[in-house]
Amino acid sequence: MDMIKDTAFETALIEIISKGLPLVKQPYAAIAEQLGSSESEVIEGIQRIMMRGDLKRFGVVVRHRQLGYRANGMVVWDIADERVKEVGHCIGQYAFVTLCYQRPRRLPDWHYNLFSMIHGQDRDAVIEQVQFIAEQCGLQDVDHRILFSNRCFKQRGASYSRIQSDSNGAERGIAANG
Amino acid sequence: MRQFSKLEQRLLNEFQQGMPLTPNPYADIAKQLGVYETTVLETLKRLQTEGVVSRVGAVFRPNRVGASTLAAMAVPQDEIEAVAAIINEFDEVNHNYEREHEFNLWFVVVATDEDRLQQVLTDIEAACGYPVLDLPLLDEFFIDLGFDLKWT
Repeated sequence: MDMIKDTAFETALIEIISKGLPLVKQPYAAIAEQLGSSESEVIEGIQRIMMRGDLKRFGVVVRHRQLGYRANGMVVWDIADERVKEVGHCIGQYAFVTLCYQRPRRLPDWHYNLFSMIHGQDRDAVIEQVQFIAEQCGLQDVDHRILFSNRCFKQRGASYSRIQSDSNGAERGIAANG
Repeated sequence: MRQFSKLEQRLLNEFQQGMPLTPNPYADIAKQLGVYETTVLETLKRLQTEGVVSRVGAVFRPNRVGASTLAAMAVPQDEIEAVAAIINEFDEVNHNYEREHEFNLWFVVVATDEDRLQQVLTDIEAACGYPVLDLPLLDEFFIDLGFDLKWT
């Protein structure tokens, strides 16, 4: 395949595996049929995408809310800049933390620079986990807030192909950036 | 929430990553679980119909395709639904949550490139009449191995 065809193939493949594999016995063959390629080209394409490190994971994507994890807290911390890396790795190691990102401060409106997402079965569970993190990572005296989510006004993914072909689009399958 | 069978629990918890890249991946999963391939497929279909599983697929890193940011806005409580609706009309917005804070609307904006992203943020500010906090990702600190579900 030449370069352009190659890129178009990968874009289409990324789109499909983001939306989800078909639940059939030979999902890669089914995708190949859709793309007019072969099963081995599809498998190799996915391997290539994985090798680049673009994927966080590939498997069963669960909906926390439907599994009884009804409380979602975005915990924001005000960490001294020189400690952000160390603290970020400390917070990020726990399985109940689903995201841990450094973001810029926007003074004077916003002074928190480390964001972590915690899902719990209820609010108390989230609060307890935040206390646990604070103890484990030495953050008892660090200013932090838990921003619980009340309502979800929009949760959807659009498409990669749209991103690459025009200016519309939000990414399906992209790890929630917030 | 209903009770999940042992098989469902294992499918939900142990296969959030490492989807086999083999011609018959569900057969490989079935082998690991000691069940038939059709049982795995039927169970996944059922979990998907129920909304417990969103899909069997890939989760990508942010900012690998296009440019994105987490944005926040402080909106008077009685206007929040109307403002959220305006924000949601933008195709570039994919998540939009109400959160408990003075900044009470939090949404993710994804665009083709940084210029377009900034343009969309400017347009959102103009449409809503409130300033936007632009909080792009600077660094990420964790390895996403999926979410460890606790069965109680």
